[in-house]
Amino acid sequence: MDTRNPDETEQPGTAVNPDRRDFLNALAGAAFAVAAVGSIAVTVEYLSPNVLFEPPTNFRIGPPENFALDSVTYLPEQQVYIVREPAGFTVISAICTHLGCITQWSEDINMIACPCHGSRFRKNGSVEHGPAPSPLPHFLIGLTSDGNLTVDKLTIVPPTQVFKA
Amino acid sequence: MSASLQSTLKGFCNNRVWRSIFRRAPARTNRTRSIAIFGNLFLHALPVKVREKSLRVRATYYLGSFSFFLFVVLTLTGIMLMFYYHPAAPKAYNDMKDLRFVVSEGIFLRNLHRLAAQAMVLAVFWHMFHVFYRGGYKPPHEFNWVIGVVLLLLTLFLSYTGYLLPWDQLAFWAITVGTNIISYIPILGKPTRFLLLGGHEIGENALLRFFVLHCVILPLAMIVLIALHFWRIQKDGGLTIRESDERK
Repeated sequence: MDTRNPDETEQPGTAVNPDRRDFLNALAGAAFAVAAVGSIAVTVEYLSPNVLFEPPTNFRIGPPENFALDSVTYLPEQQVYIVREPAGFTVISAICTHLGCITQWSEDINMIACPCHGSRFRKNGSVEHGPAPSPLPHFLIGLTSDGNLTVDKLTIVPPTQVFKA
Repeated sequence: MSASLQSTLKGFCNNRVWRSIFRRAPARTNRTRSIAIFGNLFLHALPVKVREKSLRVRATYYLGSFSFFLFVVLTLTGIMLMFYYHPAAPKAYNDMKDLRFVVSEGIFLRNLHRLAAQAMVLAVFWHMFHVFYRGGYKPPHEFNWVIGVVLLLLTLFLSYTGYLLPWDQLAFWAITVGTNIISYIPILGKPTRFLLLGGHEIGENALLRFFVLHCVILPLAMIVLIALHFWRIQKDGGLTIRESDERK
């Protein structure tokens, strides 16, 4: 059914007015689409928190003397292992690369073990057996001018990189 | 019934208040019964007449109705539990313990909610298998089958979001593992996990988000889709009747 105003169709066959209607419809449709995409974008933005009350990713762990030679120290708040070997220090993530459970250093088997699905890692973070798909990442460790070790969990370093303190 | 009781009842129904609520006289013919269903806000989505064969226990085992009944039980017990539950760490865990050991009838309501939730997952799966083996996904029921699949997913999401709320070790590690599975989705996985948890790890934000999903967003989606699901059964011409049913 043609619901157009008779005034608009005074000159049949020119097809000027239907074009204008199509154009305005497309314009309105585009405006609604932009508004819809914008609403979704600001909703996602609103739902992404800007401030998080989580443990810092960059932290001090005290002077090197605190860690005995050939020891593995677990820091519960930061969820990392500080490994000190004759070659130097390495810092390894304590979060299992399989599904995110907290692993445990086991002195008896000289291994890092995950309680959830049985993954095992060696002291250098490499996988002894699965289901973990990848080794535990190593984090950057350094020394401040006043003699404190610092760890940066946002910087992942190759497992061969050892910090000589 | 004695004559005096009947006249009392008649007087009860025959006054301004009653007639202002119920717009029609009692339905006594097929036509007025149909009109009563059509004209009722709550019943108009349901069929006025059904085939006798679709009322047989074997036709459905009432699995859909049973799933819906469990959803109603879960809604009612869930609302009751919300009166004593704060979605905040570590209060949530203490509230759960209080519900079990301090609040009158708390342990009954909590266990009813938990068991009904587990039963609902079973009932929805069973309903789905039954519909599948009867060919209920075939035309003209394809769209209602798709709604049913979404309802199954909503049931699982409700089950999953409810799992975190007791805020105990089981809840914490189950959600740790579950949300890490989400982060394996290519590209979108990690942002989805971040939005779902409101952070990088499971904390207060995650508990509150799961609470809102569990108590508001998912149940509302569920109610809308359940209504659509019931209405489509009628619009698609009733339940699937197999040829083997017809021959009997």
